[in-house]
Amino acid sequence: MKSHVALMAALSVALVGPAAAQTKDANAEFEKFRAEMEESSPAELFEARGEELWKAKRGPNKVSLAESCDLGQGLGNVEGAYVRTPRYFADADAVMDIERRLVWCMVEKQGFKFEDIAKKPFQGANDNNAPDITNLVTYVASGSRNMKFDMPLHDAKVRDAFETGKAMAAYRAGPYDFSCNTCHGTDGKRIRMQNLPNLATSEGAIRGVQGWPGYRMTGGVMLTSQWRMNDCFRQQRFPEPKYASQAVTNLIAYMTGNANGQLYKGPGIKR
Amino acid sequence: MADPMKIRAQMKGDVAEIRILMGHAMETGQRKDAAGNTVPAHFIQTITIDVGGKRVVDGQTGTAISRNPVFGFKMKGAKVGDKVVVNWVDNKGDKRTDEATVA
Ligand code: HEC
Repeated sequence: MKSHVALMAALSVALVGPAAAQTKDANAEFEKFRAEMEESSPAELFEARGEELWKAKRGPNKVSLAESCDLGQGLGNVEGAYVRTPRYFADADAVMDIERRLVWCMVEKQGFKFEDIAKKPFQGANDNNAPDITNLVTYVASGSRNMKFDMPLHDAKVRDAFETGKAMAAYRAGPYDFSCNTCHGTDGKRIRMQNLPNLATSEGAIRGVQGWPGYRMTGGVMLTSQWRMNDCFRQQRFPEPKYASQAVTNLIAYMTGNANGQLYKGPGIKR
Repeated sequence: MADPMKIRAQMKGDVAEIRILMGHAMETGQRKDAAGNTVPAHFIQTITIDVGGKRVVDGQTGTAISRNPVFGFKMKGAKVGDKVVVNWVDNKGDKRTDEATVA
């Protein structure tokens, strides 16, 4: 019996040891690859397209966003807008993240129809081009490169969105009784090769918001934080949220609030 | 109209590091769309790179290269101020030429 236990112990060590080492190596290799890619990130192509869209007179009203859209930093100013959202916008009477705000401007200022934008808001695996809204988000995000996250948590309405997002992250439901926190509420979890950030901590939250919008090397597509939220709702076996809804803003507010004070490196690279 | 390329060219000691980001679909011709139709091949077929007026790369490329490719290399013999001219042509005859200066 004793030797049996010893054998079991030896076996489990043999099994755990190399697997853990392998994961670490693979992570290190992947980090090297990502660092290499970041020097010529394809995200720049989307940034450039977004800049053109930002400046072009478009939509039924033939106005540009540059002359009509206030992202919270003054009319037409994109600098620092990404790291200072979600924030409260009085004209819309809502707390909005950047993507939601851009959609609002496209509808209210340029005269686009929300339904048309919402029909295909994210780049599909086989699409060559990202939707306009993704390019715009990428451009605006580039205006916050190397700035610190500074979401105005002192604003009562933003604090409200943050608290609601926090409650949502803990809300368990669906066929598997999952919440965000099932996968993202403790340190050191992973699924396959993907390390899952603990969004409740400031180190985890920054990993949750860093690199978005991001160029996903699998498939070569550009995706936003809103897409990430939608895809995690799917992983959670929840119905996907409506595009640009308050629910998504709340979750982004929860993560961004926890990441406050840390450096945002701009549009990034994802696996 | 193809996107402009993003070209970076920088001297590190006596070696120039050159990186070129190209916006291109790079369709393999092997993929089917949602309706089951083959998506026609569409890829960059030739790349030429001139540095300081000299041709340093004359390359043929194919479908095994990812969408939005990055082409990077290091070379000796370049200097600050040299002009880098990159040109690609794809299998449909679309083309693009962009320039940068070695910094
Ligand atoms: C079933 C487990 C699971 C649940 C539940 C889940 N996620 Fe995720 N999440 C993942 C996985 C797996 C990834 C990484 C995917 C990848 O790397 O491609 C991920 C990635 C993320 C990221 C990006 C991390 C990064 O490195 O960029 C964020 C942010 C995130 N999830 C937030 C959420 C939120 C908010 C919820 C609740 C609405 C949620 N997730 C629910 C599994 C889950």
